[in-house]
Amino acid sequence: MLEFVNFYLIPGIVLGSIYALGAIGVSLIFGILRFAHFAHGDMMTLGAYVALPLVVGLGFTVYAALPVAMAGVVLMAILIDRLFYRPLRDRPTIIVLVASFGVALMLRAAIQFAWGPHSHVYEKGFRKPIVVEGLRIAERHIWIVLLSVALVVALHLFLTRTKTGKAMRALSDDPDLARITGINTERIVAWTWVLGGGLAGAAGVFLGMDTQITTLIGWNMLLPVFAAAILGGIGKPYGAIAGGLVIGIAEELSAYPWIGTTPLLDPTYKSAVAFAIMVAMLLWRPSGLFKGRVY
Amino acid sequence: MTAALLRASGVYGGYGGADILNGVDLAVNGDEIVVIIGPNGAGKSTAMKAVFGLVRIREGAVAWDGRDITNLSPDRVARLGLAYVPQERNVFPNLTVHENLEMGAYIRSGDISEQLARVYEVFPPLRDKRRQAAGLLSGGQRQMVAMGRAMMLDPRLLLLDEPTAGLAPAFVEQIFERIVEINRAGIAILMVEQNARHALALADRGYVLVNGQNSFTDTGPNLLANREVAEAFLGG
Repeated sequence: MLEFVNFYLIPGIVLGSIYALGAIGVSLIFGILRFAHFAHGDMMTLGAYVALPLVVGLGFTVYAALPVAMAGVVLMAILIDRLFYRPLRDRPTIIVLVASFGVALMLRAAIQFAWGPHSHVYEKGFRKPIVVEGLRIAERHIWIVLLSVALVVALHLFLTRTKTGKAMRALSDDPDLARITGINTERIVAWTWVLGGGLAGAAGVFLGMDTQITTLIGWNMLLPVFAAAILGGIGKPYGAIAGGLVIGIAEELSAYPWIGTTPLLDPTYKSAVAFAIMVAMLLWRPSGLFKGRVY
Repeated sequence: MTAALLRASGVYGGYGGADILNGVDLAVNGDEIVVIIGPNGAGKSTAMKAVFGLVRIREGAVAWDGRDITNLSPDRVARLGLAYVPQERNVFPNLTVHENLEMGAYIRSGDISEQLARVYEVFPPLRDKRRQAAGLLSGGQRQMVAMGRAMMLDPRLLLLDEPTAGLAPAFVEQIFERIVEINRAGIAILMVEQNARHALALADRGYVLVNGQNSFTDTGPNLLANREVAEAFLGG
């Protein structure tokens, strides 16, 4: 039982929190801009790399570097939107989707150019986990989950308590009615990048805390993050949180020796779990658990 | 002729492609209820959308309070004191009733409690439902939210596109009563209605549009009494 919690459930919750942060952004961006943002994974990568010189070079703690990384990704997201997505705003969204694919490749190439192709870590060596009654949990895992919860609560307050947040939900509900109401679309779009980019940056840093940092970490997140967004119902940020947790936990639990003593599914096939859930959802209930849009 | 609050003259236009409006004239004075009736496809809704900048005007002009607003964008028109309630998709379904009303006042800064109180006064059922998602309300209540949202800006003119379409008879009566009440508070009304008899009965003036052109213009009672209009457009 303890082994199950320590090595499968806790890592699943940690991974799920990271997926959730990415999926909220994908879902928000889809709700407002109506396209699947393929560069989202690479924005996560950017977050991990922005924090890197601060932690390794300047000796910041990774938690102090977190807001800087988030801000860096927000600025880059707004810049990318101005340069590449805004000129295509009135075109079919499939064109913007392909543009975002191009942005993903450019971002990754730029990151590799600046930081090199080698893998990095924030912190060398091994830290002993906290052990309570046989329950082993790494300190960084506690922080990743707590900070994710804090970010989600902050997002919730923003969306439900502020005028801009409500206008964002209104625009996602009905862009034509929002226009009649006098809501300034471009201002809301900029805020969408602030939220989506900021959460992607945080997800990237959390991912870097948990594994090695490579130029592909974000890209490899794209499939589970999209799966989480679809599972939750695309365009529904709250659904994306649930979707992220379900996918993260399902991926980790798939390697548990449910039958006999060998893993049910070899861990190398973990990402297939996300894919299978995504395909099953699209076939069986394309609107997702929280009744999002169907395309 | 005195200067009307809203005047559209010789308006031609449509959604790209062939024109739907072929020289429509409309005028609304400051305290009137004006009703547009006509057969399906006559361009009634299109005329209203053209006033609000949602349909491209190719020729002709729209003046608001003596100022030219032809082809002004909808968000700019909304700032001038006109409010528009579309026939369908006129509430934000995932926002609560209260949030819908708040969005109505989006372009306004400062305190909106007075406006909110007035909307809840005109539409008492909304007060109890204010924490509910607007998409879960009945058709009649949704129409109340839509009209309430439009009233949040203290408009001088309310444009209503078929406010009673698809509503249960009990709600039709209620909505018409509210429209008269809103008008008595000093807000001019321009509405398109399928319920032509009922609407003309409370209209100061009415327009009959056919094929994007004015066919008859008169006071509400006179149009009701007009045999030609009655036979062609009011079902005999």
